[in-house]
Amino acid sequence: MSDLRYEAPGTLDAAVAMLADEKGDARVMAGGTDVLVQIHENMIEPNLVIDIKNIPELTGISEENGGWRVGAATIGMEIVEHEGFSAAWPGIVDSVKLIGSIQVKGRASIGGNLCNASPGADSVPAIIAAGATATIFGPDGERQVPVEDIAIAPGKTSLAKGEIVVSFFFPERPPHSGGAYLRFTPRTEMDIAVVGVGIDLTLDDGSICQAARVSLGAVAARALLVDEAAAALIGTSVDADALSVLAAAASAACKPIDDKRGTKDFRIKVAGVLARRTALIALERAKQS
Amino acid sequence: MARNHVTTTVNGDEYEFLCDAEQTLLDCLRDELFLTGTKEGCASGDCGACNVMLDGRLVCSCLVLGVEADGKSMETIEGMAHGEELHPLQKKFLELNGLQCGICTPGILIAAKALLDRNPDPTETEIRYWLAGNLCRCTGYDKVVRSVQAAAEEIRKD
Repeated sequence: MSDLRYEAPGTLDAAVAMLADEKGDARVMAGGTDVLVQIHENMIEPNLVIDIKNIPELTGISEENGGWRVGAATIGMEIVEHEGFSAAWPGIVDSVKLIGSIQVKGRASIGGNLCNASPGADSVPAIIAAGATATIFGPDGERQVPVEDIAIAPGKTSLAKGEIVVSFFFPERPPHSGGAYLRFTPRTEMDIAVVGVGIDLTLDDGSICQAARVSLGAVAARALLVDEAAAALIGTSVDADALSVLAAAASAACKPIDDKRGTKDFRIKVAGVLARRTALIALERAKQS
Repeated sequence: MARNHVTTTVNGDEYEFLCDAEQTLLDCLRDELFLTGTKEGCASGDCGACNVMLDGRLVCSCLVLGVEADGKSMETIEGMAHGEELHPLQKKFLELNGLQCGICTPGILIAAKALLDRNPDPTETEIRYWLAGNLCRCTGYDKVVRSVQAAAEEIRKD
């Protein structure tokens, strides 16, 4: 007989109370594509799994104050298929398309991708580059947190006991804004990023970059927001010189490990190469928007 | 610990079963409902052998808990043929040798049907990307892709 219990509360208050009250190990489950694998491989042995998909605030994509709100448990396929959100935030969709297979995206969510806290999570650098804010709900109520402050080390988040990531808010975009995400993997599908780069930028009416955010994945213990790399683009037309400075800044920010997917030196080099390529896609999208 | 009571619809028929919280939907289909057409390959979401449609979404049933099926509707490989009449995908996989050992086949058929229901005229590249989550260690995939293309052609004729 199993000791594991399953609950699927319909409200945030109920979910947070269950999380806070559990004496043993309680795990929040959205799509379950990480949590269930960890349970079945005995990496974790929770007493309680709290399925958050029945909580209305956790699912769905809607327009809000000129921007977009995406429930943390919204499945990847719904994000990829959403025409309005895809048009506004193509860089997020680039990254979500790369998460697992079609059948994994039928379950996996961006909230789960963030809270699993893998440094190689594809959607995280894209969401950080987008400047999204996460709404977190817990025993002390609600708070708004920049996404870059949530996943802090492999498998570790800054969430307090009882807290749940509810949704992400992607703010209204100025005209001439564009974003993109690229990753390097040996295979084109079903692989984990060796390096991932998310870039979001906004041009003024004269095609000069006036705002930019650059985030790198899989090159440190957490996804990095690299201000020096963004500074390389701001005030330029994103020309060859700016791209060279960007690439150098991206490479300089890396603190990677050697592992079977890639060596330190390789990751540092590739971060610069990918940053250039990602910036060019973001630039093209910004010009067209 | 009380077991969880689940009422669910599989291929249009209502089923009830009891399960432990940690049992996956795949475990429940095979061990509680004895619908053994759905196969276990990796049990970690990598291979696609356990694919089913859950409320209209293609999923790996090894990455779903059985209790989550409560109140939901599923399509499994057992519902693909209409009586003796095979689905065009099943016919073409047989005709064109789209399978060898057959363990991956139920999952590939479910995944391919999900693709053709959305897009009856996919390119070869679209087929290959869509089926990237379905591993086959026998065929080398070429005959799988040819079978899906042939089935798509037959479906378009109807």
